[in-house]
Amino acid sequence: MAELAIETHGLTKVYGDTRAVDGIDLSITRGGVHGFLGPNGAGKTTAIRMLATLIRPDAGSATVLGYDIAKHADEVRSRVSLTGQFASVDEDLTGKENLRLLGKLYGYTGPGASKRADELLEAFGLAEAGDRQVKKYSGGMRRRIDIAASIVVTPELLFLDEPTTGLDPRARNEVWDIIRAMVSFGTTVMLTTQYLDEADQLADRISVIDTGKIIAEGTSSELKASVGAASLQVRVMRRDDRDAARDLLTRELGVDVTTTNDPQALTAAIDDRARVTRALTALEESGLELAQFSLGQPSLDEVFLALTGHAAEAADNEEAAA
Amino acid sequence: MTDDATTDVTTQTPPSAASPTGASSGAASAPQAQAIASALASATKPKPPSAVSTSMTFGWRALLKIKHVPEQLFDVTLFPIIMTLLFTYLFGGAIAGSVNEYIAYIAPGVLVQSVLFITMYTGTTLRTDIDKGVFDRFRSLPIWRPSPLVGMLLGDAVRFVVAAIMTSLVCLLIGWRPEGGFIGVVLGTLLLLVFAFSLGWIWTFLSLILRTPGAIMGVASFVLMPLLFGSNIFVDPSTMPGWLQAWVNVNPVSDLVTAVRALMNGTELGSELVTTLLWSAGLVAVFGSLTMWKYRDPR
Repeated sequence: MAELAIETHGLTKVYGDTRAVDGIDLSITRGGVHGFLGPNGAGKTTAIRMLATLIRPDAGSATVLGYDIAKHADEVRSRVSLTGQFASVDEDLTGKENLRLLGKLYGYTGPGASKRADELLEAFGLAEAGDRQVKKYSGGMRRRIDIAASIVVTPELLFLDEPTTGLDPRARNEVWDIIRAMVSFGTTVMLTTQYLDEADQLADRISVIDTGKIIAEGTSSELKASVGAASLQVRVMRRDDRDAARDLLTRELGVDVTTTNDPQALTAAIDDRARVTRALTALEESGLELAQFSLGQPSLDEVFLALTGHAAEAADNEEAAA
Repeated sequence: MTDDATTDVTTQTPPSAASPTGASSGAASAPQAQAIASALASATKPKPPSAVSTSMTFGWRALLKIKHVPEQLFDVTLFPIIMTLLFTYLFGGAIAGSVNEYIAYIAPGVLVQSVLFITMYTGTTLRTDIDKGVFDRFRSLPIWRPSPLVGMLLGDAVRFVVAAIMTSLVCLLIGWRPEGGFIGVVLGTLLLLVFAFSLGWIWTFLSLILRTPGAIMGVASFVLMPLLFGSNIFVDPSTMPGWLQAWVNVNPVSDLVTAVRALMNGTELGSELVTTLLWSAGLVAVFGSLTMWKYRDPR
């Protein structure tokens, strides 16, 4: 058994003039969740589609669970499973028919496939919706049937492409719980996401990808260390106060305070949370009224700003090209 | 819960960071997590299925789709009726003097035309599958690679049979009495189905290199028009100018129509049967290979 779940060297995919994936080197161990974090069009989906043997790399090499994706694609396919960004089940069929279809394709007999379908529908809370067409499912149910379809035969490695994009918070939490359950069973999960929050919740290690290149890799706390432990956002009541508030915050916090397009807003990356209280008190004592303030995790934008010097931009050509 | 949640001072965190539903879904998911773990544990890896079995399973999928979207059968029922009535009565009087005399000539031809015309929907259906993402799932399975496409064409064969039955019924109603009898009509239809299945590989290839169903329809019509109308479906080629006769004679659809006509009308079967089967094999060999080559890395 190979030690590594995924290993790539200079993996590249070119669409016209766009280097969608531009020489990626990865080395991902078995077990747990590896996050692929980046904005739309960064190359996450293209990379994952190459690893799942759906498209062929233009350069570089990759092994998945010890098998070369170009030479031993069938060995890879029989060990991995992919849940794509878009519905990867047939929307015209019912949930149960979809699972039976996949069961048969994996080699179950008719009754065996039906039994397996019922078992999965039950486990994913879809037993009652089993005889309804998937196109009538809610967003959360659709994601669940997508994931259920991916584990008709237990994969060693599961690719999840933006599993929670477009879901409401409740459905997103359900998907997170499902992923955690699979990980605790021992399945390796490779997950792409646009949300730092999601990568933080689920991933043991995170690769940050931008314009086809890996620009940072590490645990979530390592990444956050590069942008400060937390992010303070402040909106002053009167926009004339902003410069004064900025000077005061810079002094009290001892870090750079930046302005944004919003004429009342200021943001700062905080290393020491204790100083925030003092700074806010100082603002009040100086008569600088605040409309709003919050202290949260650094956003993906802030991580990107810190790592790349530019904000996360949506380059929409990836989907069109893929 | 991470420490961020407890130290978050207030509001304006991005919506993704607030998780008021955490408690409720946590409670609901405890048994679910266990069920998922046991579902994962109980999956035994069955023996890999054969190429025939996976192809048939995809054919079953096509039938399920007809069950859920019966409107799909609209074109295969109405189109042949209109075609048959239109061409029989439009040309019948002019070409053969009467519909009754013309029907024996045109019935097998209209049958071929109806079915071959419908084959191009195979391409648009496949393109829709690719765009929806379900094809990614199929392509990521450890199965005989062409089976989703073969299964799809097998499922379409059911639609073709419906079209053939409808056309035959209309022709029988307006006076066609095939000399080849029931057996002759069935054999003729079988030959037609073999050719239609082979022609389908052109459309699967088109759907992998063109990006929209509309573009596929456009190109497919452009290919089908000379094949269907530049043939002996409607009139005897001996009345045509030399250059057109030359085309009609090399057109594989002419050979198919002649063979189907002979089988259905009980006349002597010539070399056209073998020619048609050779064309079918050639189409599968060329466009089947091209399709599978593009299938590895479709646009």
